[in-house]
Amino acid sequence: MSEPLLQAVNLECERDGRILFRNLSFAILPGTLIRVEGPNGSGKTTLLRILAGLNDSYSGDLLWRGHDRHTYREEFLRNMLYLGHRPGIKPLLSPMENLRALMAGRRSLPDKVLWQALEGTGLDGFQTVPCRNLSAGQQRRVALARLLVADEPLWILDEVFTAIDIHGVAALEKLLVERVENGGAVIVTTHHDLRLPSMHRVTLGGGDGYDH
Amino acid sequence: MTTEFTVTLRSPDTSVGTATAMKAVFIRDLKIALRQPQDLLNPLLFFVMVVTLFPLGVSPEVSFLQQAGSGILWVAALLSVLLSLDHLYRHDFDDGTLEQLVLQPQPLFLLVMAKSLAHWVLTGLPLVLLAPVLGVMVHLQGNSVAVLCLTLLIGTPVLSLIGSIGAALTLGLRAAGVLLSLLIIPLYIPVLIFGTGTVTAASEGAPVGGQLALMGAFLVLALTLAPFASAAALRISLSNS
Repeated sequence: MSEPLLQAVNLECERDGRILFRNLSFAILPGTLIRVEGPNGSGKTTLLRILAGLNDSYSGDLLWRGHDRHTYREEFLRNMLYLGHRPGIKPLLSPMENLRALMAGRRSLPDKVLWQALEGTGLDGFQTVPCRNLSAGQQRRVALARLLVADEPLWILDEVFTAIDIHGVAALEKLLVERVENGGAVIVTTHHDLRLPSMHRVTLGGGDGYDH
Repeated sequence: MTTEFTVTLRSPDTSVGTATAMKAVFIRDLKIALRQPQDLLNPLLFFVMVVTLFPLGVSPEVSFLQQAGSGILWVAALLSVLLSLDHLYRHDFDDGTLEQLVLQPQPLFLLVMAKSLAHWVLTGLPLVLLAPVLGVMVHLQGNSVAVLCLTLLIGTPVLSLIGSIGAALTLGLRAAGVLLSLLIIPLYIPVLIFGTGTVTAASEGAPVGGQLALMGAFLVLALTLAPFASAAALRISLSNS
């Protein structure tokens, strides 16, 4: 078995005096997909934000490839892609400009590749239309276009299926499966009924979390 | 539609340098602002209106305006920068781009510096460019107008940089506007005192080199320390959201 990318050891998080999870330990291995499950308010998004390094109010350890994540912050960020609830899309910019801005801090890609990535997410013909004229689903697709050009081994995806139509969901599922088959690691939350082969689960809301 | 994925750590040569990332942040902010010009015009209009209303409301006497002119311009500039601060991170916070900014591998304080710089180019710099016209309107004498512009040129970036700390700190709050003013105005006071003091000294014919050097020191101090504070504040605000 290969080395875990990200490892959570005895994570505990308290919010507004309520313990969301405690003694939560799991490892994210290359070539696996983990689905974080739990009812509304059970702390799924909080957990993902903690894993991504956006939320520091937790106790326990997070290890990036066996080392303390804080020490390897830059390396961790270079190898992790996070898509949150809020898609990170500027309404005044076109999909093309948005994607270019989002990728600018990560990899320099030629415009042609970005254009094709937008085509691949079903936004052909909309590449230069301001995003505020697009529907909610189309705006999410702009954010999802990043997945087509991403080479980060770890993806942290929060509610990615929101506002995506049936065909989009199927394409995205296929992408995730391919991704995992090729050795990527994906951790997702979704209320969508996701049934993918080799899917592991982390369940929140039942008090103690358990290892997959 | 997908390319071959492999789980290898990214080699440094494929990654984007810090300067490129800073430039991208800067350009993106300018582009967005130029597509929403009313947000740009608001602080400028405020600046012009305050300076115009002063002679009408207080006194149009040349002697009064000559004495109070630099103060009026500086206070108006300071307040109009304050007015624009709430927008600095608010939109980015709401649409999720701020999260992506924080997760960029480059040092956050440098990206924040690029954002502050963009804020200055969009609000501070237009004020500096307008100042000579308004300076003449309040009867500042030749040399004083030049000195006034120079103090604004050095002072307004300080206002943007310090303001960025306050904007970042109050990001998660609902009544951010009031708290932002309370937090930031005390820090603006030294800049205001030296800014107006320098112009007053110039109008009296006194040398201003020392005061300008001190303002320059403020700028260096703000440029080196404020981005660190803003970056830390952004992390805190995002952590609590």
